[in-house]
Amino acid sequence: MTSIAATHDDHDHHHAPTGWRRWVFSTNHKDIGTMYLFFALFMLFLGGAMAMVIRAELFSPGLQFVSPEFYNNMFTNHALIMIFGMVMPAAAGMANWMIPMMIGAPDMALPRLNNLSFWLLPAGALMLVLSIVAPWVGGGMAVTAGWTLYPPISLQAGMSMDLLIFTIHLLGISSILASINIVTTILNMRAPGMTMMKMPVFVWAWFFTGVLLILIMPAFAGGVTMLLFDRHFGTSFFDAAGGGDPVLFQHLFWFFGHPEVYVLLLPSIGVLGMVVPTFSRKPLFGYKSLVYGMAFLATLGMVVWAHHQYTVGMSIWATKYFMIGTILISIPIGLMKFNFIFTMWRGSLTFETPMLFAIAIILMFAFAGVTGVMLAVVPADLQYHDTYFVVAHFHYALIPGAVFGLYAGVFYWLPKWTGHMYDEKLGKLFFWWTTISFNVTFFPQHFSGLAGMPRRIVDYGVQFTEFNMVSSVGAFAFGLSHLLFLYIIIKTIRGGEPAPAKPWEGAQAGTPGLEWTVSSPPPFHTFETPPEVK
Amino acid sequence: MSEPGFASLPRPKRQSRRWALWIPALLAGLPTLGWAEMKLNLPEPVSPLTREVFDLHMMTTWVAVWIMVIVILLVGYTLWKFRKSTGSVADQEFHKGFFGTWSWLLVPILVLGIDLTIADRANSTFDQVENIGDAEVTVKVTGSQWKWTYEYMEHDYSFISNLKSKEEAGEYDYLRTVDNPLVLPVNTRVRFLHTAADVLHAWWVPEIAVKKDSIPGYINETWTIIEKEGVYRGQCAENCGVGHAYMPIEVQAVSRAEFDRWIGERVAEKQAAVALAASNKVWSKDELMAEGEGLYNTFCAACHQVNGAGLPPAFPALAGSDMALNDLAGHLDIVINGKQGTAMAAWGAQLDDLQMAAIITYERNAWGNDTGDAVQPADVKAAR
Repeated sequence: MTSIAATHDDHDHHHAPTGWRRWVFSTNHKDIGTMYLFFALFMLFLGGAMAMVIRAELFSPGLQFVSPEFYNNMFTNHALIMIFGMVMPAAAGMANWMIPMMIGAPDMALPRLNNLSFWLLPAGALMLVLSIVAPWVGGGMAVTAGWTLYPPISLQAGMSMDLLIFTIHLLGISSILASINIVTTILNMRAPGMTMMKMPVFVWAWFFTGVLLILIMPAFAGGVTMLLFDRHFGTSFFDAAGGGDPVLFQHLFWFFGHPEVYVLLLPSIGVLGMVVPTFSRKPLFGYKSLVYGMAFLATLGMVVWAHHQYTVGMSIWATKYFMIGTILISIPIGLMKFNFIFTMWRGSLTFETPMLFAIAIILMFAFAGVTGVMLAVVPADLQYHDTYFVVAHFHYALIPGAVFGLYAGVFYWLPKWTGHMYDEKLGKLFFWWTTISFNVTFFPQHFSGLAGMPRRIVDYGVQFTEFNMVSSVGAFAFGLSHLLFLYIIIKTIRGGEPAPAKPWEGAQAGTPGLEWTVSSPPPFHTFETPPEVK
Repeated sequence: MSEPGFASLPRPKRQSRRWALWIPALLAGLPTLGWAEMKLNLPEPVSPLTREVFDLHMMTTWVAVWIMVIVILLVGYTLWKFRKSTGSVADQEFHKGFFGTWSWLLVPILVLGIDLTIADRANSTFDQVENIGDAEVTVKVTGSQWKWTYEYMEHDYSFISNLKSKEEAGEYDYLRTVDNPLVLPVNTRVRFLHTAADVLHAWWVPEIAVKKDSIPGYINETWTIIEKEGVYRGQCAENCGVGHAYMPIEVQAVSRAEFDRWIGERVAEKQAAVALAASNKVWSKDELMAEGEGLYNTFCAACHQVNGAGLPPAFPALAGSDMALNDLAGHLDIVINGKQGTAMAAWGAQLDDLQMAAIITYERNAWGNDTGDAVQPADVKAAR
């Protein structure tokens, strides 16, 4: 990222710090955004390595490589890393980079808070790594509970559970602070004339994401703190023997956990809202309905959490309420799908890498949507629950829905960030490689789930062998493809065809497009004098 | 539900994104391939309830398939028809037309229609799930790390069901068979009461009943009327720790007469065993060791291993351990009451005095521990 510093012209009033001070003490939204993105990239490889351990162990029946304890610890941390370490920081990095430039603000509203919210992440990640190694240095049993951390099993683990609780505290504080910052920036820092209903969809998406995070994170932080108290201070919030209730934790967890799904999805829907009009060369179809759809989705998403717990034996009417609420989520999702499809309709389509990812998201996330409706139906879910059908469903939701959206965003904005065009041929190769290997990995898991394979098992009966082999082969290919991703990014940072201020022909289709009015890469400080939006 | 003829579907033209088609094609195509061991769908239901659930599942599956087919055709056509390379010019006013103005209303109405159709059907099936009714046989199923305890409430008879080792079960049936299967009568309304002794578990045999979680402090109910004799298998479906993969379920559905004969024999056996344990007989070390070895392998070896070496740090070794060699009082206490904060369960409620005495004697004399102790049922009784 030296290129950014190199193009920094000296018209501002203070010196930009150089060397390590530039990064450690940074209050610049672009530098902090870059750090967020690199942190996410690092965690992508860490979490991905854990997925490779899981798939290697499941390649064939029997115990080949790891102990059951380590296996359980791997699927626990794979999820936590991918959610808190990868998707959320990557989306926050894009928000940092793009939102001030999109709304014509000079920086985030609270730049020092911005620095703090980033630097809490490496601290949290360190705590998480300590939690993984603790069992080897006398810390008792590893966390075997899965990322949901359900008691009583999370009460059985040793010190690594405490470290994981602190990890969640740190990462939770980080994302609450980042969300406060982003929401404040969106509400207060818009350029004159940039009304709310003129904001690019990505900004709207992050507005709802930020609000959701501020509302839900405290519930999770409270839940894990109660776990900590149960473990060490003699309380029994979740211990039935002491008058507590193990299911209470599940409600607290999913009150956070279900909206969290939309926290992961919405930024990517925002990216889609930028990418699809660009490569269709026409305005977004149904801007208003997309914005209100996201509002509806965020609101409805807050009140349907217990569909993750149909099997705990809630009252009949509570269960029916959660079922119908969940099925209704298909309305805003369906609306968004149609908006994107009809943005392409009668457009002038080209298929650069970001657009390919966008199309893949529309199709594969639709598939996650229909299996989501299947899972929402209580009696059927009582069969699907906790099987690989669920694993397949949420990977279809989160990899196309969230991760591919981030890839689309990376390829879409990489020219803006680095000043260089990425290698389109390699980008397309990466797209086909990931899309095909992703489907090879997760499509068969629908069937192994229906055939009766529960999730989170380290060993399985021979009847599930074939599907697991196919899944593992796909997963190794999927993992390997990310080395290409890394190579493309490094290559683009180091050089390549210079990118113009507006690298995409249709980039301003239907949005004010302020981010395209500054050079690529943008100067260190942008919009010191607010631009006027007509 | 009959399967719509997939082959007669219109196929998109060659130029469209054909890769997008393989999802529904595989969904519809794979089940017909019929690989011997590879199951692709929920197993064939054998009770009225699971049949209703299965039909609901097939209905939502086909709704899902058809929605995907329509979406893929629509997207495929759009991509093919409006690509720039054929000179397609973007219609900048399209989003302002009639459909652009009203799509916010039309699309939700369409989706709501599909939603309500599904919800209505799901609603009535769910009423059936919760219609527990008066059962003739009630089985209380208790999950614990990592085995199932079945209690026939009407007969006051309970037993523990454990994984069969790979040596006993063979490569093929490993993780699918148990030492003591649950025996149930066919054509009889059976009610299951689910609970757990330590952490969450879930008892799931998809052919005969839907799953509900086993939760400490809770009792959840499910029911079934099994219509076909046979063996039905399942396994624990809620993560319960390192042994989660190792607690399969095996149900043998037999005729009512066969069931009555079986349960009668079991109850008589149990009464004889209780009488023996209470008889104040002094047991020799060899008798206790012989009895203890089998019990140890059933109840303890999953964690502490058959050779007593354990899996440190989670599961300590018993061979050569200070407690097994020197601390009898501590040994009795930990087996009876368990150890808080670890996976060590309290066995006091699950095993009788004689069984406990045999296991502890075995642990104190096997694998070179050689203390010579012969712990008597009376010792256990005193320590309780």
